Amino acid sequence: MTKPLTIIDITSRIAGGESVRSIVEDCFARIEAAADYNTLVSVVREPALARADAIDAQLKAGKKVGRLAGVPFIAKDMFLAHATTTTASSNMLKNFDAPYQATAITKLEAEGAILIGKANSDAFGHGASTENSDFGVTKNPYDTSRVAGGSSGGSAAAVALGLVPFALGTDTGGSSRQPASFCGVVGHKPTYGTISRYGVVAMGSSTDTVGILASNAADTATVLDILAGKDQFDATTLPHRSKSYEPSQNPLKPLKIGIIKEYMGDAIQPAVLAAVKAKVAQLQALGHAVEEISLPTLPISLAVYYIVIPAEISSNLSRYDGIKFGFSAREDAKNLKELYGLSRDRGFNAENKRRILIGTYVLSSGYIDAYYRKAQTVRTKLINEFADAFTKYDALIGPVAPTTAFKIGANAADPLQMYLADVMTVAASLAGLPAVSVPAGADSDGLPIGVQLIGAQRSDALLLALAKQIEGAAS
Amino acid sequence: MSTITARDVLYVAALANIAITENEAAKFTKELDVIIGYFEQLSQVDTTGLEPTYQVTGLTSVTRPDELIDYGTTQADLLKNVPHVRGNYIEVPKVL
Repeated sequence: MTKPLTIIDITSRIAGGESVRSIVEDCFARIEAAADYNTLVSVVREPALARADAIDAQLKAGKKVGRLAGVPFIAKDMFLAHATTTTASSNMLKNFDAPYQATAITKLEAEGAILIGKANSDAFGHGASTENSDFGVTKNPYDTSRVAGGSSGGSAAAVALGLVPFALGTDTGGSSRQPASFCGVVGHKPTYGTISRYGVVAMGSSTDTVGILASNAADTATVLDILAGKDQFDATTLPHRSKSYEPSQNPLKPLKIGIIKEYMGDAIQPAVLAAVKAKVAQLQALGHAVEEISLPTLPISLAVYYIVIPAEISSNLSRYDGIKFGFSAREDAKNLKELYGLSRDRGFNAENKRRILIGTYVLSSGYIDAYYRKAQTVRTKLINEFADAFTKYDALIGPVAPTTAFKIGANAADPLQMYLADVMTVAASLAGLPAVSVPAGADSDGLPIGVQLIGAQRSDALLLALAKQIEGAAS
Repeated sequence: MSTITARDVLYVAALANIAITENEAAKFTKELDVIIGYFEQLSQVDTTGLEPTYQVTGLTSVTRPDELIDYGTTQADLLKNVPHVRGNYIEVPKVL
């Protein structure tokens, strides 16, 4: 397996005289060599090379270039980008030619970064393994019989395989953190509203965030610093913080960190528990105070999530009607109603339909109080428990997922079992909190393990500074 | 305790405008029964005095000046993905 790339690997090659075109071509060669992992849905070749030549010309002319000048990246195929198809890894959008571009892509391009490919995922982000992609499963870089995680599995695997230094994912309930954990890279879910979702295919709007996957915490912070900020095209965005997200050179002051009791139970794979405990020991050795904390509503947050998010999915996916864009079953439809029904039945896959049906059920007359409103009220209870915890602690720590990467097919026949893969990531999403998956060694089969740091809203910079302190093997 | 029947599944599929097949309905009935059953644990949670949360960062009714924004997107851009176009119109099956 190729070693992951960092931003500085690329920028130092450019500083050493290598052309940006040569770097982009090298990344395409890496993509070709890693084709068997099925990390990408499409490659963005000509626009990327044109952009590379433009940056080479700027450099040659001695012009000022952006912070990521010449750095190639990959975006999950949920991001609309000029001159690309944006499929959401779904047959519904198989031929969708992006008519406009996501703010996140535009901001990265403004700093000189170059989009070279669109990554595979579960269709519309519905899944925890990329097995729900309509274009084939992404294989784990450490064991091709296992999943890369999901839904942003292609993005995580691309970074782990060293195809690019960083990739964009999305994270609605763990979709960047869990694949990061399974692939041994950093995966950051920012505070809700930090990064514009304009031009990103919607899943569950009350928790949808753009996620960042990179090989280290410092690169993650650099990308976050570029992407964060208010966007007039996404009304949920928060103002940019006054200070940079990038960790300062000053050492972190001693912090108080809570280890989440509910995430350290018997159902967790022993190697995962051991990895968290090793990181806790490392934190203590660095001078941080760590003690156990209980958040009693955490175990039920999965039920809350799988009510609230399917409800939002059923609403968001109602736009796919076979008429305005996307797959159309027009040829077989005798009337408008059949056009809707057949286009949606054939364009969506089983998991998409399952979530739409669950969402429609919990919102339907007679059930909305017992399920949807009750879930949103339990969500308040969960938010209050986190708020209490953050009066005492600067950050919380626990696993990202109960296991390391599972075998392809292992959970395919049991949707609820697949949902349980999200059990430790959904709570931060429901509360809008930043959370980061940090590589923390491997199990006895050599499969990566991630630990999760969760912070109060808008504490992303602190979390990433802490992640930087503990990433890599414990020494 | 909720038990999901094939009738329930066909009813919500109709609400969601998805023309699922009978085979799909049978499969979804079994799966949804397990999944909705899993949600039952919520009824045990004491939420007395709590209100539901729909937005987590405290933003409410975000407004902007009522001015045209140029999204840089043309009519042709928006029509290029429409499966059936006649002239500059989106075509649908006859409704009346």
